[in-house]
Amino acid sequence: MKSFISHSAALLLALAAASPALASPPKVITTTEDLAALAREVGGDKITVESLARGYQDPHFVEPKPSFIIKLHDADLLIVIGRELEIGWLPPLLTQSRNAKIQPGSPGYLDASVDVRILEMPTVQLTRAMGDVHPSGNPHYWLDPDNGRTIAKSIVRALSGIAPADKSYFEQRYADFDRRLADAQKRWDAAMAPYKGTKVVTYHRSWPNFTERFGLDVIGYVEPKPGIPPSPSHTIALIAEMKRQQVKIILVEPYFDLKTPEAIVREAGGKVVVLAPSTGGVKEASDYIKLFDYNINLLTTTFKQVLGR
Amino acid sequence: MVWLPVVRSSVFAVLAIGVFAPVPASAQASPPPPAEEARQAQAEVDRLRQELAALREQYEARLAALEERIKTIAAGPPTPAPEPVLQPVPVQLAGAGSSKMFNPDIAVIGNFLGVAGQNKNSDQPALGLNEVETSLQAVVDPYARADFFLAAGPEGLEIEEGFVTFTSLPAGLLLKAGKMRAQFGKVNTLHAHALPWTDRPLVTQNLVGGEEGISLSGVSLSRLISNSALFLEATGEAFYGDSEVFASPKRSKLTYVGRLRAYRDITEGSNLDVGGSFASGPSAGTPDVPAFDEDDSTRLVGFDATFRYRPLRRAIYRRFLARTELVWSRPRSAGLWGPTAFGFYGSGEYQFARRWFAGARYDRSARAFDNALVDEGGSVSLTFWPSEFNQIRGQYRRTNYGDGVKANEFLFQILFSIGAHGAHVF
Repeated sequence: MKSFISHSAALLLALAAASPALASPPKVITTTEDLAALAREVGGDKITVESLARGYQDPHFVEPKPSFIIKLHDADLLIVIGRELEIGWLPPLLTQSRNAKIQPGSPGYLDASVDVRILEMPTVQLTRAMGDVHPSGNPHYWLDPDNGRTIAKSIVRALSGIAPADKSYFEQRYADFDRRLADAQKRWDAAMAPYKGTKVVTYHRSWPNFTERFGLDVIGYVEPKPGIPPSPSHTIALIAEMKRQQVKIILVEPYFDLKTPEAIVREAGGKVVVLAPSTGGVKEASDYIKLFDYNINLLTTTFKQVLGR
Repeated sequence: MVWLPVVRSSVFAVLAIGVFAPVPASAQASPPPPAEEARQAQAEVDRLRQELAALREQYEARLAALEERIKTIAAGPPTPAPEPVLQPVPVQLAGAGSSKMFNPDIAVIGNFLGVAGQNKNSDQPALGLNEVETSLQAVVDPYARADFFLAAGPEGLEIEEGFVTFTSLPAGLLLKAGKMRAQFGKVNTLHAHALPWTDRPLVTQNLVGGEEGISLSGVSLSRLISNSALFLEATGEAFYGDSEVFASPKRSKLTYVGRLRAYRDITEGSNLDVGGSFASGPSAGTPDVPAFDEDDSTRLVGFDATFRYRPLRRAIYRRFLARTELVWSRPRSAGLWGPTAFGFYGSGEYQFARRWFAGARYDRSARAFDNALVDEGGSVSLTFWPSEFNQIRGQYRRTNYGDGVKANEFLFQILFSIGAHGAHVF
């Protein structure tokens, strides 16, 4: 027993090095770059922000690298997309972060999906025979600018909780962002108005909020089921359906292989459009408003080419 | 409308109880005079009739009201698909009752393993459900989480791991207590279903506790060592109990494990992970020579290195992992150090399509208590993932054992999982 006690004491001494000092301004870590961009809009220079995933990365399949543990360990606020988007990689990082401030249920943990409009809420009993379905609704909700506004508002609330002295600063920045976003929305709506009801196909179910907001009609998916790679029979059926309904556009995320979508448009005619699903997905989409600027501009240009109007 | 038959059947149940229940009850009472009995029976029957009529009226009224509501709903105008409601209550929660929301995540993973070919040193069955792992994982309270892994195999049901993790300790500390796989190297910490092969390497089999590995009851304390250059984590563990390499003959004889792990991103898609491990504890001896002195001990020293490459833009299609582990084992008996046995493996795994992985491994290891006997082998494997919950693997393994036995085997594995299995640590 004596040896156990002495070993334990030695161990504790060995481990008890300097504690990490809390950095000020508040350190915000987000799981995706869209959340980081929105936090930057309202937090300004009163916070530091960093995203774990990159905008050109599939946010479902991020590796839980130990370098993320260091970032989480020092964080004052963690903002997540929620709706089980990060379920495959965030929980072990949170456990190992050794940071009580950002555990779920703490003031330093913000699930950005709490007040937003969520689509595709399941109405039937789910099974994995349906593919990799999300039981709490579609998590790609940030692609509706109205949801972006709601997320920014939630971030203001969370930041005001951890830095109450800067509450009015955050609110002022939110009001400015809200105004710029509203102006941009008018621009986007006007640009997309001529294409309302245009039928498209998407690779994964990443775009329901985007297509609903801008009036596009998704008639099918390159994936036969969410998370299941394209199969020949599904591809043939999709080509037939696209021909029947005269669909000329396939929207693809930058992290998917273009082979199948390109084979489909060779048969059905039309064009593959690689949109940016997140801020930072392409160089031009460097903030939340520019993400939509880029996507709307790319879409309208492509529509003009393909649809001739 | 599931509840309608339920309402109806409960009406019939009430009727049935009303009619039949009093009969045995009155039969059990002491026999009154016949005329009195008839009068009482008549009164009882009248009372029951009234009650039944009242009940029937009550239920018919309720049924009528419910049917009316159904008609109204069914006959409602065929509106277009309703706008999704803001913040709808998740369906599975609405009917589940609040108690189920606190149920732990439960998953079951089946490991079906087959082997063909010759190996005189192995008694592995040609076909077998090698292991069924059940995991139960949840947050305990704001300060801790719990993880249980129960493994059922041909040898029975055992607790593979079961521990509590205190997540809210100060000074960057993380404390685990319970039964757990010791943080010695890499392979020892992995469950069978998380291995990139169907088997464990020869060095694990010979020097680090065989198939079960070093999995004991105890405490594990780890700490992040903050610095700007790399991720550095120190872990210290103390265990009591028996494994194939360490066994505690009495309370004062514990096994101690220490590990230092360093990790650094090289680029955004590649990284290097290295670790040094140390373990020391009372020797378990060998199956052939179990009668050891209780002061006999074994000391293990390990080094491991992992290089990973996974381009972020193509993360679901391409990845490469190269890993090696080196282990030195040294027994100490009657105050004297015995000869050191050394073993290692080197392996690589490459994902070449969304669902396909190819792998290779080279093995070489001396036996723990006879370092003149050196086993050597190599494997190649091919893995197919129909989905992330299902994995099919074939492995060709060739082994030259130190005792002269040569083995050529083909191993075949199907891993399948249901439920919610927590994500693995990196």
